[in-house]
Amino acid sequence: MDSAHCDPAAGTHLGGDETAIKVVIAGPFGVGKTTYVGTLSDIAPLRTEEVMTTASVASDDLRGLPNKTETTVAMDFGRLSLAGGLVLYLFGAPGQPRFKSVLQDLARGALGALVLADTRRLEASYPVMSEMERLDLPYAVAVNRFPDAPDYPEAALREAMDLPAQTPLVVCDARERGSSRDALVRLVEHLLTLDPEPIP
Amino acid sequence: MNPPRRDRDRGLVRPYVVTEGRSAPSRNHFDHVTLIIAQRDAPHALLSPEGRAVLQLCRPGALSVAEISAYLQLPMSVLRIVLADLMDSGHITSRAPSPALHPRNDRPLLEALLRGLRAL
Repeated sequence: MDSAHCDPAAGTHLGGDETAIKVVIAGPFGVGKTTYVGTLSDIAPLRTEEVMTTASVASDDLRGLPNKTETTVAMDFGRLSLAGGLVLYLFGAPGQPRFKSVLQDLARGALGALVLADTRRLEASYPVMSEMERLDLPYAVAVNRFPDAPDYPEAALREAMDLPAQTPLVVCDARERGSSRDALVRLVEHLLTLDPEPIP
Repeated sequence: MNPPRRDRDRGLVRPYVVTEGRSAPSRNHFDHVTLIIAQRDAPHALLSPEGRAVLQLCRPGALSVAEISAYLQLPMSVLRIVLADLMDSGHITSRAPSPALHPRNDRPLLEALLRGLRAL
């Protein structure tokens, strides 16, 4: 995506009295997060970048100096205006634990997350699900149906992923608006069944 | 009488020029989806180029912090400090994303969201 200092298109600005809501679209690389965001967004998807300093894991530095690397984490996001003055922001986020600080920042104040999964490599979504749990961010799992991926019944997917009974699982096509919308509907229905968060 | 101010950082390249050396905003928390509204009548003199760019971008209407970050290509951490300054000087106002501390506790909000999604 080429976004070098692009100006917002006409109609991009809001009135300022809307209620903005943040939802995290998490999942491993290549699972279809950007496609999903683009399908539902009514603005051209945008990209925000954050610079993250992390300690290098494999350190062969014997001088005792802190060995740190800087990583740029990019997040594609989109916006969906709904009736009643609601504006839903969808953030495609890398779900791996090594992006912890960025995820933590994003999860703060977020309503919940949709964890995307691919049946050809379900296991790639497991660390993402654990990370959502660690962040205390309620989530639903959305299996993005790729054309060449095997089609499994929902019960088999649940069992393979060892999903708790209360965690919703939905099969969707990230390229298709109706089915992507339905995945969000399942997430919000799930949120309505949860006990209130304790007020700190 | 105050002692004369020392010449700060003389001969050095300051690493955080945009944020004047700070790594955290003064007080407000700017969420990704906090909406920023530019105040039209505040004078733009003495503003940093980044502050000016924010005001120019938001002149036609409100945008979220994440959108401003994307359009101006400023990392969130840097933008938050720029926004805190603009807030302190009265150049912007903000609208917090959700009135509840935990938006998940806000049943009317969740129900409105559900209705909105189903009506798509």
